[in-house]
Amino acid sequence: MSVSTVEALAEQKYKYGFTTEIAMEEFPRGLSEEIVRLISARKGEPDWMLEWRLKAYALWRKMEEPDWARIKHPPIDYDDLYYYAAPAAPAPKSLDEVDPELLKTYEKLGIPLNERAALAGVAVDAVFDSVSVATTFRETLSKAGVIFCPISEAVREHPELVRQYLGTVVPAADNFFAALNSAVFSDGSFVYIPKGVRCPMELSTYFRINARNTGQFERTLIIADDEATVSYLEGCTAPMRDENQLHAAVVELVALEGAKIKYSTVQNWYPGDEQGRGGIYNFVTKRGACRGRNSKISWTQVETGSAITWKYPSCILQGEGSVGEFYSVALTNNFQQADTGTKMIHLGRNTTSTIISKGISAGHSNNTYRGLVKIMAGAQGARNFTQCDSLLIGDQCGAHTVPYIESRNASAKVEHEATTSKIAEDQLFYCRSRGLSQEDAVGLIVNGFCKDVLKELPMEFAVEAQKLLSVSLEGSVG
Amino acid sequence: MLEIKNLHARIGEKEILKGVNLSIPDGQIHAIMGPNGAGKSTLSYVLSGRDGYEVTEGEVLYNGANILEMAPEDRAIAGIFLAFQYPVELPGVGNANFLRTALNAIRRKRGQEELDAVAFLKLARAVVKSLHMKEDFLKRNVNVGFSGGEKKRNEMLQMTLLQPGLAILDETDSGLDIDALKIVADGVNALRSEKFSALVITHYQRLLDHIIPDMVHVLAGGRIVRSGSAALALELEEHGYAGLEAA
Amino acid sequence: MPGWKPPDMTALPTRKLEAWRYTDLRPLTGITFATPPALSAPDLPSLDLPRLVFLNGAAAPEFSADLPFAGAFVPPDAEDVLPLAQINAAAARDGATLSVPAGQDAGALLLFAQAGGETAFAMHPRHRIVLGEGAHLTLIEIAKGNGEYWHNPVFDIALAKGARLEHVRVQQESEAAFSLCTIRAEIGEGAAYEHFTAAIGARISRTEIHATLVGEAARADVNAVELLRGTQHADVTTIIRHQAAGCPSRQVVKAVLADDARGVFQGRVEVAPGAQKTDAYQMTRALLLSPRAEMDIKPELEIFADDVKCSHGATIGALDDEQLFYLRSRGIDELTARAMLVRAFLDDALAPVEQPQARGLLDEAIESWWRRS
Repeated sequence: MSVSTVEALAEQKYKYGFTTEIAMEEFPRGLSEEIVRLISARKGEPDWMLEWRLKAYALWRKMEEPDWARIKHPPIDYDDLYYYAAPAAPAPKSLDEVDPELLKTYEKLGIPLNERAALAGVAVDAVFDSVSVATTFRETLSKAGVIFCPISEAVREHPELVRQYLGTVVPAADNFFAALNSAVFSDGSFVYIPKGVRCPMELSTYFRINARNTGQFERTLIIADDEATVSYLEGCTAPMRDENQLHAAVVELVALEGAKIKYSTVQNWYPGDEQGRGGIYNFVTKRGACRGRNSKISWTQVETGSAITWKYPSCILQGEGSVGEFYSVALTNNFQQADTGTKMIHLGRNTTSTIISKGISAGHSNNTYRGLVKIMAGAQGARNFTQCDSLLIGDQCGAHTVPYIESRNASAKVEHEATTSKIAEDQLFYCRSRGLSQEDAVGLIVNGFCKDVLKELPMEFAVEAQKLLSVSLEGSVG
Repeated sequence: MLEIKNLHARIGEKEILKGVNLSIPDGQIHAIMGPNGAGKSTLSYVLSGRDGYEVTEGEVLYNGANILEMAPEDRAIAGIFLAFQYPVELPGVGNANFLRTALNAIRRKRGQEELDAVAFLKLARAVVKSLHMKEDFLKRNVNVGFSGGEKKRNEMLQMTLLQPGLAILDETDSGLDIDALKIVADGVNALRSEKFSALVITHYQRLLDHIIPDMVHVLAGGRIVRSGSAALALELEEHGYAGLEAA
Repeated sequence: MPGWKPPDMTALPTRKLEAWRYTDLRPLTGITFATPPALSAPDLPSLDLPRLVFLNGAAAPEFSADLPFAGAFVPPDAEDVLPLAQINAAAARDGATLSVPAGQDAGALLLFAQAGGETAFAMHPRHRIVLGEGAHLTLIEIAKGNGEYWHNPVFDIALAKGARLEHVRVQQESEAAFSLCTIRAEIGEGAAYEHFTAAIGARISRTEIHATLVGEAARADVNAVELLRGTQHADVTTIIRHQAAGCPSRQVVKAVLADDARGVFQGRVEVAPGAQKTDAYQMTRALLLSPRAEMDIKPELEIFADDVKCSHGATIGALDDEQLFYLRSRGIDELTARAMLVRAFLDDALAPVEQPQARGLLDEAIESWWRRS
């Protein structure tokens, strides 16, 4: 096999690994109060926002990186990163003004931003490095009263909403990466669904890291007012580079009385190569607050990318009868490391939560489920059900399960089950005897293993996620 | 003698029984039929004293005593037996131990001598045999891993051992094949005497081919809307429950 | 006691250590632990078994059997990686040393430890149990006492090929006592360590068991019950290390918590690379009998081999109302019905204890706990 064929094959495995050549504006390397001020100024932020960032920055200076997760990486030099990178051209006012190079980039990623070509029923906010470059279907949405815009715009246009909710679910002091994000977040999406409104389309944000040595710090805030309903999708990719890149996002969800938020992620950041070189460090804090009675927050994630994943999308179940759900597939191959799971904090009466986690480890990777189910004394009649399954492919990888289960209410009922298994030889043989290749057979079995989670994804994503699982496993079975 | 007088009961805010009147003299078997949601199971649970059902009006006398004030175990001691629609599984509790504890609790309260393990087993084995059950029934955990039919047989085993004065069969026939149905019927028929009465709650007529009732009542919308002889059951089988609520 | 030293309180583990996140030992730090007083009149159990008696941590030969396989106390190594074993290492002055030769069945033995005194004291016995190839021993251990004390025993256990040790602990320490027990067992090829703990006494207790399966087809069974009331706190922590192929391990832990009691179970199953065909099962269930009781469970799997069968399950809840009603509808009074359900709840943790005297002892301990609650 020639060198070029090998490269072509490698390329095929991570088909989003290209870079976009475009004139960029970058702030100097490193992080200081000055950089925080520069970011705030560039975004034309009001004083309160700058104050908020500076407070977070001061907190972050005093904090240390958490060390409890089962992940290993060389120390991150926070002074060697770029904290802001954006296309140099002035911000486009409409889709027609977006740099054609960027439109082409998203086209290549399968996310056409042209509304006629776009996926029917899905509005997209496209975030490129530190800024949002386009948001589609804004007209359609605003007719329904839905606000869907870059968060930097929301800070200026809807300060009352942002001030009321920003940092109330994930305070800056929550953890090291949340503090860092609060200080330097550059863009992300803002969603507000007014009372009684069922959002007429799926909302989606597509994150793309392009610039070298740049951290991406997006911030998403979604508020569903009384009896509102929204489904939100998130996708992410990055070019193939030999260096590691940092992505430290914060997502906050607020569900008021009777509101329902469904948040789906297909995370496909560049995972690094077969030798473990490069890839994204994905340190993300995602949390939802079910504040109102009978509200519901449902997280679904398919995590196949990133060199390291550190994320625990969680629910604080405060409102009586509120519901939290977490459906997760985390697949690691080669030298990837994932430490992911959820926290379900039951505060209100008759709150229920469901956790379904499927971990697949292959190659030399390590895959950890880490979760907390906490029933507080006041959570009369609370219910939790947790199912965590691990699948190992090959004998060089690790699969770990670390659940914490804490109950302080006798009327609550908590159930947890975990299993570990491998793909049985007879399953493979059966598939192959029916004409499937080894890899197709593995893909089929893995997709079956993940079915309970994949069925929670919106249709367009589910198909994509299934393909992704098979592609991510290429080379793992030999 | 069971006397139900103007019984009203609700679950939470929802009123299920809206004034049930019914008398079953000793020695008689009455059937209650009715559409789904008529309140049949609620009636059986109220009679046996399960939590979660609030009696808002009326009374239930058994042999002259108001049973609504009694704990479930005291109703059992008074002679009321409920055969559950869905018998509960008790992992870790052996059937023999369960039966002996129950039997002795009742015997003690009735001023009878308690049975020791040997005497109990002798009695239990005889009953098991008379009901055509396998002897390992006694060794297994209560209802754990039992098929639907086995669970119903176990209810009959308990009933035969505990010798109640009044048996309430709550849709005991649901999900049973014809053989199991006969076992239930044989269990009840074997107890028939001057001192025994039964309330058979069922949705279908077929159980009543094997347990011939003295009277049939139709429960609909939380009230008894019709009463009659065994022939009423056949009529219902033919014409269904439609229109009964208005009657 | 000759050469007695006060325990090194600075070495006590704190909740900052992940292994200690649910058990807070700060209540010990405010107490001055004196040298153990002499205890001369033990309250010996009427079990018809040869026994070894320890009174306030010191061997009492006058009450003990003369066993051919019991030897003199061997001081432990000075350095230890576990904080409590480290404190024990510095302070241990006595302990049982048992060495059953290859091929011998030593039958059942009672290890009876009683404690009591006017003022708080600490004792750190170090027990060593070595079973030769194919040897067998049933060790029934009772720890009880009254007054305030800290019992910090460490067991070092080594089982050679094909050996089998049944170890049944009945922890009924004084309700003012701290009972922190560390057990380390190295289990050779085809050998079996069958452990059972009943944690009933003590103000704060922890039973920490490290079972390392070093030979193929070695087996570890760790079962436990926690029966707690008042403000008692009991922690059962297990680390089962599957280092060889084809080893089964089974753990069933049941907690019954009344009043303001708090139960903890942390169980980690580690499967090393190459430990294929591991079959590890773990089940924890807690019954909260009071609205103020609390249970914390952390079952953990750490797996580096693919051809394994590992599972764990955990449930926390109250007594089932349906079951209670069913029993009562058959004439059984509420208290008896509850007792039956609690006893049934404990059943599969108790089932593996087959030695009749051990079983009798446990049934009695459970019965008396229930009567007092």
